[in-house]
Amino acid sequence: MSGTKNVIEVRDLNVYYGKFQALRSINLDIQANRITALIGPSGCGKSTFLRALNRMNDLIEGCRTEGQVLFEGKNIYDPETDLLELRRRVGMVFQRPNPFPLSVAENITYGLRVHGITDREYLEEKLYRSLQAVNLWDELKDRLYENALKLTGEQQQRLCIARLLAVEPEVVLMDEPCSALDPVATARIEDLMYELKKDYTIVIVTHNMQQAARVSDYTGYFLLGDLVEFGETHQIFTSPRDKRTEDYITGRFG
Amino acid sequence: MSLRLKLKPKTEQKIIQVILYSFTSIAVLVLVFILVVILKNGLPQLSLEFLTRNPVDMGREGGILSTIVATIFLTLIALLVATPLGVGTAIFLTEYTTESWITRVIRFGAECLAGIPSIIFGLFGFILFVNKLKFGWSMLSGGLTLAFMVLPTIIRTSEEAIKAVPEAYRLVSFSLGSTRWQMVTRVVLPSALPGIVTGIILSVGRSIGETAAVIFTAGSALRLPTSVFSSARTMSVHFYIMAKEGISMPKAYGTAAVLVISILLINVTTYYLMEKYIRRKK
Repeated sequence: MSGTKNVIEVRDLNVYYGKFQALRSINLDIQANRITALIGPSGCGKSTFLRALNRMNDLIEGCRTEGQVLFEGKNIYDPETDLLELRRRVGMVFQRPNPFPLSVAENITYGLRVHGITDREYLEEKLYRSLQAVNLWDELKDRLYENALKLTGEQQQRLCIARLLAVEPEVVLMDEPCSALDPVATARIEDLMYELKKDYTIVIVTHNMQQAARVSDYTGYFLLGDLVEFGETHQIFTSPRDKRTEDYITGRFG
Repeated sequence: MSLRLKLKPKTEQKIIQVILYSFTSIAVLVLVFILVVILKNGLPQLSLEFLTRNPVDMGREGGILSTIVATIFLTLIALLVATPLGVGTAIFLTEYTTESWITRVIRFGAECLAGIPSIIFGLFGFILFVNKLKFGWSMLSGGLTLAFMVLPTIIRTSEEAIKAVPEAYRLVSFSLGSTRWQMVTRVVLPSALPGIVTGIILSVGRSIGETAAVIFTAGSALRLPTSVFSSARTMSVHFYIMAKEGISMPKAYGTAAVLVISILLINVTTYYLMEKYIRRKK
């Protein structure tokens, strides 16, 4: 697969929770319009890594970050970084579907409103486009003012993705986005990811190795805070260079 | 060694049920008793005239209009001051600081405030608002005193309500690039509203019913109050003076009936409105 440009370049990233070092000197490039999967056993640091990319770790008390994360060439850990703008451009989808207890429409427009957009026509246009992008428009066009908590789990997760797309991010970080969904819904969300990578760069953390193999272009294997191996997905799954990666993907542990 | 009585489990269950049932009934019976006594003696006094005329001859004749007005305004002043202070403190404690000895001291202070007898609040209000700040015996002094009296309740209930808002909402809001304040006002407060309102309703009840703190600070003038600096007599104070000085027991009961009915009405309507609000959110 031919490489595209790097959207995110991680250089010597160390993350600590108090005295515990959660990530050790990580170096990794994330390419535009590709799906990068991060795999590894629980507690290996993959979610920590994901949160380091939009500085969500800042919200965790006692968390300290060293090194650089270059987004479009600029280090996001520079003091002058506009944090709100960064999080708009590098958005996040969480493990559990977590719509606000508001209507479908209010959920979608929430992000736009907090960024100061109030133009009704623009908001309606965005509502339509975002729901369309996650294939929810036809299902929900008559339920726009219903409470989002009434939707099914899959619809909720799609809605959360749409809510994120509404603010026009460039990178979408997904933290085990299918772990609360059944296999059919999971397959459909994976199809969606495939569609989305035309317009977005996606980084997904997953426990599910088949998922990583199915959807991703690149895979990184984390173990105990180290990035053991990173490369094109088919290479990682067919001929891993590191013995530890091989042990993990063949199911010998993890 | 066991204190277990040699009873069949079924019999034991029956006995326990009966005992607990009687305990519960006692609580309910007291409520019923109060309502029956007040309404039986008070309802015959109620008439449109009683509600729309000012007291005449120290309250022996006429109605209780001025005391109703005083109660409403005093309670309003208390809430207008206590709600922003209390909810603001709760937001500060939950969203803008992390748990530390400072938050524990603030919380402990609020708890202590809650335990102080209301007559001491009356004294505090008398010294600070009536004398030092020269508000005199007035609805302002009374309202401010009540505000500080109910503040701990509002802080506590708001804090509990805010803490109960799922952490996920906060994370999502941040991840979409909202500021902390946007997160608080657009997500946290709307979700916590029912709990916060419950605290405010409890405070309304306490404000309306308070007597000791009010006599010391708002005085007991029977005239219809004309400004926040007017001295005024609330329904509770009116009841107290009428009953204690034996001016008119029937009128005192009439006042008590109005007091009790208003508190019941306030409770019922707010719970109804909250129920509707919550259903819309689900």
